[in-house]
Amino acid sequence: MLATFIQNVINALQWGSFYALIALGYTLVYGVLTLINFAHGDVFMVGAYIAFFVATFLLTALGLPGWVALALTIPLVMILTSVVGVTLERVAYRPLRRKGANRLYVVITALMAGLILEHGNLALLGASRKAFPPLISEHVYTIGGVSFTNLKVAVIFTAILVFIILQFIVTKTKIGMAMRAISYDKFAVPLMGIPIDTVIVFTFILGSGFAGLAGLLFAMSYPVLEPYMGALIGWKAFIAAVVGGIGDIRGAFLGGFLLGAVEIMVVAFFPSTFRDLIAFSVLLAILTFKPTGLFGIAKTTKI
Amino acid sequence: MRKMLFRLSCTCAALVLATSAMAMDTIKIGFNIPMTGDIPKVGESSKLSAEMLKEDINSAGGLDVGGKKYMLEFVYEDNEAKAESAVSTALKLIEKDEVLAMIGPNSSKQAVPAGQVADDNQTVMVTPWSTNPDTTFERPWVFRAAFLDPFQGPVAVNFAVKTFSAKTAGVLYDLSNDYSKGLAEIFRDEFEKKMGKDTIVAFESHGTKDQDFSAQLTKIIAEKPDFIFLPDNYNQVALIVKQAHQLGYKKPFMGSDAWGSAELMTLCGDDCKGLYFSTHYAAAGATGATKEFIDRYSKKHGYVPDDVAALTWDATRIVLQAIQNTGGLTGKLRKDRKAIRQAMSEIPSFDGITGGMKFDEQGDPVKCAVVVRISDSGEFEFAESVCPQ
Repeated sequence: MLATFIQNVINALQWGSFYALIALGYTLVYGVLTLINFAHGDVFMVGAYIAFFVATFLLTALGLPGWVALALTIPLVMILTSVVGVTLERVAYRPLRRKGANRLYVVITALMAGLILEHGNLALLGASRKAFPPLISEHVYTIGGVSFTNLKVAVIFTAILVFIILQFIVTKTKIGMAMRAISYDKFAVPLMGIPIDTVIVFTFILGSGFAGLAGLLFAMSYPVLEPYMGALIGWKAFIAAVVGGIGDIRGAFLGGFLLGAVEIMVVAFFPSTFRDLIAFSVLLAILTFKPTGLFGIAKTTKI
Repeated sequence: MRKMLFRLSCTCAALVLATSAMAMDTIKIGFNIPMTGDIPKVGESSKLSAEMLKEDINSAGGLDVGGKKYMLEFVYEDNEAKAESAVSTALKLIEKDEVLAMIGPNSSKQAVPAGQVADDNQTVMVTPWSTNPDTTFERPWVFRAAFLDPFQGPVAVNFAVKTFSAKTAGVLYDLSNDYSKGLAEIFRDEFEKKMGKDTIVAFESHGTKDQDFSAQLTKIIAEKPDFIFLPDNYNQVALIVKQAHQLGYKKPFMGSDAWGSAELMTLCGDDCKGLYFSTHYAAAGATGATKEFIDRYSKKHGYVPDDVAALTWDATRIVLQAIQNTGGLTGKLRKDRKAIRQAMSEIPSFDGITGGMKFDEQGDPVKCAVVVRISDSGEFEFAESVCPQ
């Protein structure tokens, strides 16, 4: 019984890591632009596909051993995915921001950009699934009835590491200060000589770079890729970010793990038929008592 | 002047007749198949197989119906592997494309709702792959080429009990898929009837879009079943089997016919080797017409045809046989569709590449099932054949 419980804790930590990594991207962009970037789940999907092509190229065309390929894939995927994220900002969001469009239109644009990414992928690569090549050999360790793999542990530690890095950037560095300043007052900040566009681009680089990393880890853990893989997990990560308090890095991180834990534990203790029903009722209850999320601060001026 | 007018109207009438006669020279059959969505390989197999059959017949001068040659025209429509799209696709084929008969949908999830549309609109529908009883139940216009889950369930139970000397079993199924849910329940009832109460130690479900199954698998594995029954689509099978192995599960899996796609092994790899599933035919070691079909298909498309390809071939041939048995088409859509339904129900027996079959009063074939083992080279090897008593 205890072994099963610990097993489920590990399952929840691993599954929650993906929610947390994606939720961090939502929260970063929201924190700076107060924009819900609904294309973020699909940027994650694009990250997984980029990882697929990079890894396949390194493994088969160059014939590199798995760990070298992995070491090269991580930075390459993060860079290429952030290019996608920044392009999205340039092409879709910036023109609207320049024209002073209402936020509602930008959110709708984000939704459409996500759909374009999904269906562009479908048109370009076809509907058949891609099998992600194994980069590292997975070892199953079993200690006292609890099984885990080297990959699972790596995923959990990566999520924690990413959180620490982001928390450091946002709270301890100058550019982080600029990000927080923009979130505080978008109109006064440029007057102080802070290049607002550079900071926004940097935010998108961070958010999509880590979405790419999440995509790579996801593809390694669940090696079947399809164009719609980012849609549902993206929505759920958004919910995680809201429950944690959108705009707050700690909130996104904890919210992600909370959602992962609720989903896994509901299945562990109740019939799995009721998973989503119970899981989302719990989240609804949290929002009823804390409408701004766990770490959110009520802002009356910004709707 | 009057003569002129008369002549003119005569030519006009002749022209109209001629064009309508020209239009009558083709037979239109609709395909309601998943070319995108969760199971795109299933749609692809169906389409490639149907195209092969069409080429065969058209290159031989067309289909002979009552002494008249007709060219075949196949209309392929994508149902995105969704129940609601399958319904609108069926309606489109019936009303806009005005097809004589429909093949598909393949999966029961789409075939059950689409069957209602076909039955309401009085158009013959033959599903190649759907095994859920509800697809054809009390629907005189709906037929199928596959065996039924109430037959497949016991086949899986008996085989697993014998081969794994199993006393207990765990089940994991897709809650939102009629096929998976129906078969899981049949399996549970049959297993408990045979092995005693509470021998199904875990009965867990998941959603269609799920990618993580660790919680359900942890729960199942903790109950220590002798094997896990997994009536799931091949894309989920790949993830589930892998994750079970990562959780330290080493005992066997037993699968159902939805495993049998050509894409299973590309997605699942080494993890699926050595597992068993029940299906419609075994490609490795086939003989006669089946072998001929497999060889031609493999040569043309570069991979061994899966059961969907073979069943689509059979389903389409049954419909064409029924059209020939009508003894001649009138060109009036409703009347022809009715004649085809009548002919379908009167086909005494049919010798298909997935085995001989007879239709019962529900429009279901009585045919054998095979159990295959996934060999170490990734082929589906014949293990056992089970025929209805």
